[in-house]
Amino acid sequence: MIVRFFHQMGSPRYFYGVAGKLIPWFMATFLITLIVGLYYSFAAPPDYQQGESYRIMYIHVPASWMSMFIYVVMAISGLISLVWRIKMTEVFVISSATVGASFTFLALATGSLWGKPMWGTWWVWDARLTSELLLLFLYLGIIALHSAIEDKRVAARAVSILALVGVINIPIIHYSVEWWNTLHQTASVTKFDKPSMDIRMLIPLLIMAISFKLYYGAVVLMRARAEIVERERNSRWVQDLVEQEAI
Amino acid sequence: MSEFFAMGGYAVYVWPSYLLASIILIANIVAPMQQRKRVFKEIARKLRRARNEKQ
Repeated sequence: MIVRFFHQMGSPRYFYGVAGKLIPWFMATFLITLIVGLYYSFAAPPDYQQGESYRIMYIHVPASWMSMFIYVVMAISGLISLVWRIKMTEVFVISSATVGASFTFLALATGSLWGKPMWGTWWVWDARLTSELLLLFLYLGIIALHSAIEDKRVAARAVSILALVGVINIPIIHYSVEWWNTLHQTASVTKFDKPSMDIRMLIPLLIMAISFKLYYGAVVLMRARAEIVERERNSRWVQDLVEQEAI
Repeated sequence: MSEFFAMGGYAVYVWPSYLLASIILIANIVAPMQQRKRVFKEIARKLRRARNEKQ
């Protein structure tokens, strides 16, 4: 049963169809959670130290989580691609890279926008910020490497190796605020005892995090579908699809 | 209402953050749609050319 499922999902044609059915669901749930999340983000009380500026966190924190989450998904897909040579996980690696890079950039930019009024500076070379910047360069390196190699399957293998090597950066980002004395504050949510945050502030943050995950689900599948038609352009089913759409 | 938009004096930092987020989120939806459309057009052109050569 499971084996059959993976076998079918490994076929580009089947994956294309299933992804097409899943995208509207991801999009709809993303939009609903986004609206609810945004509403509660602005309904939450202001912070007693940071005032209203902390509302940037409702973008910054979920974006930062996504930047790492997507990297891990990408690295796992890379590992599977290298071991089993499954076409669809190869597509998943490169499809994740662009979204991941976007979220990493968003995390860095919103961090800057918050840092200016709160720390008095747009940027400091502290461990958290530097390792997150390195993550952006890893993503960009992966995208550049993929476009530099003509043969898509060779490109996918090269990119998978790079993604796997870069995964060492993920625990460094996460623990950077504990291992080194950083200007960046330590985690308020992902720690073992109770989150040190008011529940009215925490709930919108979690809703936004879920919303961004659903968004990633929709967008990565859209990307993957576009990559599939690009790779399988010479196959019969893609050509049939093109002709159907033309009529 | 204007108090809301003022964001306690942090408007110049809060709103650009949300604006940037919307731009990035929308761009990531539009880009794959355009990529797919571009590839479809390329394939359609190739198919047409192949058909014309046959005739």
